[in-house]
Amino acid sequence: MENLEALMHGFDIALSGNHIFLMLIGVLLGILVGVLPGLGAPNGVSLLLPLTFGMQPVSAIILLSSMYWGALFGGSVTSILFNIPGEPSSVATTFDGYPMARDGRPTTALATAFGSAAFGALAGVVLITLSASWVAQVALAFGPPEYFAVYFLAFASFVGMGGSPPIKTLVSLAIGFALAAVGIDTVSGSVRLTMGIDELVKGVNFVVAVMGLFGIGELLIAVEDEFHVKAISSKVEWREVFRTLAGLPRYSWALLRSAAIGCWMGITPGGPTAASFMSYGIAKRLSPRRANFGKGEPEGIIAPETADHAAGTSALLPMLALGIPGSATAAVMMGGLMIWGLNPGPMLFIEQKDFVWGLIASMYLGNVVAVVLVLLTVPIFAALMRVPFFIIAPVIVIICTVGAYSVSNSYLDVMMMMGFGILGYLFKKLHYPLAPLVLAIVIGDKAEDAFRQSMLMSRGSLGIFFAKPLVTTLILLGAALLLMPVIWRTIGRMMPRTQARP
Amino acid sequence: MSQKSKFAAVAFVLAIGLPGAVRAAWQPAKPIEFIATAGPGGGTDNFARAVQNIITKYKLVEQPIVVVNKAGGSGAEGYTYTKSMAGDPYKIVFGTSNAWTQPMVSKVAYNYTDLTPIAAMVQDEFLLWVKQDAPYQNVQDFFKAVAAKPAGDFKMGGAQSKDTDETLTRMIDKAAKVKFVYIPFKSGAEAAVQLAGGHIDAHVNNPSESIGQWKGSTQRPLCAFSPQRLPDGPKVTATQNWHDILTCVESGLNIPQFQQPRTVWLPGKVTADQAAFYVDLMKKVQATPEWKEYIERTSQTDTFLTGDAFSKFIKDDIERTHKIAADEGWLISN
Repeated sequence: MENLEALMHGFDIALSGNHIFLMLIGVLLGILVGVLPGLGAPNGVSLLLPLTFGMQPVSAIILLSSMYWGALFGGSVTSILFNIPGEPSSVATTFDGYPMARDGRPTTALATAFGSAAFGALAGVVLITLSASWVAQVALAFGPPEYFAVYFLAFASFVGMGGSPPIKTLVSLAIGFALAAVGIDTVSGSVRLTMGIDELVKGVNFVVAVMGLFGIGELLIAVEDEFHVKAISSKVEWREVFRTLAGLPRYSWALLRSAAIGCWMGITPGGPTAASFMSYGIAKRLSPRRANFGKGEPEGIIAPETADHAAGTSALLPMLALGIPGSATAAVMMGGLMIWGLNPGPMLFIEQKDFVWGLIASMYLGNVVAVVLVLLTVPIFAALMRVPFFIIAPVIVIICTVGAYSVSNSYLDVMMMMGFGILGYLFKKLHYPLAPLVLAIVIGDKAEDAFRQSMLMSRGSLGIFFAKPLVTTLILLGAALLLMPVIWRTIGRMMPRTQARP
Repeated sequence: MSQKSKFAAVAFVLAIGLPGAVRAAWQPAKPIEFIATAGPGGGTDNFARAVQNIITKYKLVEQPIVVVNKAGGSGAEGYTYTKSMAGDPYKIVFGTSNAWTQPMVSKVAYNYTDLTPIAAMVQDEFLLWVKQDAPYQNVQDFFKAVAAKPAGDFKMGGAQSKDTDETLTRMIDKAAKVKFVYIPFKSGAEAAVQLAGGHIDAHVNNPSESIGQWKGSTQRPLCAFSPQRLPDGPKVTATQNWHDILTCVESGLNIPQFQQPRTVWLPGKVTADQAAFYVDLMKKVQATPEWKEYIERTSQTDTFLTGDAFSKFIKDDIERTHKIAADEGWLISN
């Protein structure tokens, strides 16, 4: 109840005309940087940061976080329409969002994504509201072994899923781990796998890899394919947006499950990327329509989008309370926090009540503003699909090139992006799964760091993963998820095939 | 008279009228790029942005300045990039002592000799931190506890491997005749959270990396690796400010000084005029009240080393770090 009172006070602060205006501006700018090539949320927020120096901290954070929400929604647009995920966490959205859009239903795909994202974000904020005071405590329980266990769980839930032959999944995963290892190793401080190219010391950037693997790779496939060359004649229908939204409650089980996964991964510091992959993996295994996954199944959009936004939202407060940014965008915002004279840390919640609760209230309002604005623009974005392929194709190449270059103003990145394009094409042609590769690039090095830090702590004993109840539970859960397909298959074989032939 | 010749005439008059100003020669003629060798929000990034803000506010340079983060490879990305820009006076790189220590311990593609030193502008302080509810109240108790356990039972966290934090840890090992296990994390902020959660036993963070945690009573400093007490200021906790923390020597740990300079460099092969311009510019930055405010906010120590003083500082630091790196077997073999 104390929290609800504080929240009402927060609404008092956030609901001024000035702040609503800042929210609108922030969300619109956010959608813009999310959709435009090579900008992305971190860059957008850094560009706005200097403007906030004269503001009240609470106004400043409302502007920046609204921009962040806008960019998250905007990022889903490119994932779905062009198969180019702007943030690591929207990769899983492409798996079903893009096929659905290609199938002539871009409006449905976008509306499904935005609707479930809004639900996820709402779940995250509600959780924060109810548990703000102790949410940071949960994160404190996570040391290196627990971190490793969470990453292991994410890998296990996604990899054990099947769909592709296990050996192909393994190959894809191994390539991803190798790519994640390029650059300076945190634990030993030495340079690895740079192959004599000095610049590679910075490692392989995720955006570069994904722009190539998904954007360019898909383009190469499309060039071969007669079907794709024709423009999609999607109807620009506002009614379709509402029909999709009205249909979402049919997926309430998927929504709730994904929101729960998202919230859990947000508080335990697994983060939005791991959450979206895990949620997609679990949905694919549990859904009655699992055979349609990867071909434009609505549940394949709902699962990652809900989890992504639930995790992104619920991760924000532990981040402030602990002072560890969970993403590049959050890092920029935290830099801002220091400049506004606030120190992220446990005291923020006690000393800066107005700031914290103003921010939480603005998360409710900002997400509502964002989802309304973004739903209004759905038909416009969907209309992009009607642009003929011979115009869209060069635009995609430009988006990917500018995007890769702007990561660190480097031509090497552009060359690597092209190389990843060819790799993505080969993967598709040879029916290797891309998802394990991407997951390994994004969280592979974190998992490795956590594992080796644990090994330093335990002086090489694996017993550290079974030393405390929390870490043991996580590891066993992961192992169960990993082995589940094998167990089910064995059970299936031992049972007489009564159900197989009706 | 064409636009160009008009301009030339004005320039000529100025040249006659103000010989002193003209001899100060080089002025930037296009936008300047500040390269921060750390991610957004990190200490080096804050440093670069503080300098940028001051220059922009006082219009110390006519040209716009952009800050670019090249944090990859613990900063090696930024230095390597700057090295490849030899002769370009529009690239200024901001870093720490890792400019000369990193090439010692990892095979990176640059050395500090590839860069033109401009200045060391700030010294960041180090403190020894323990968990708030740890039983030891002072340095002596702490090391008694460490010595009582088998070697390697106490875990020291820090940012990066073989960088300042681990170097200092090894110096503590020697001075106190103990042996810590060093666990490298990505940043000092991460180490601070790990200490708050009780996953490690101590760390040697800079003040700005742990001030939020100290305020929030999750951890407290035992001593400062500084020759004198840190400057007096407002209370951080209910009872203490930075000045109340004993120096390590006062409290019986014989490491009189360990600081991390924040450094500014140009690429190699720039002219003396160009280097002089930036030395002068950084001096102007340092004289502003905003700079004082930055120093106080981050609890660092103001300093300005350039020219021979800076070279000597680098030489001394290399000597000291080299000895530790050699003892630990960190030196790269080539």
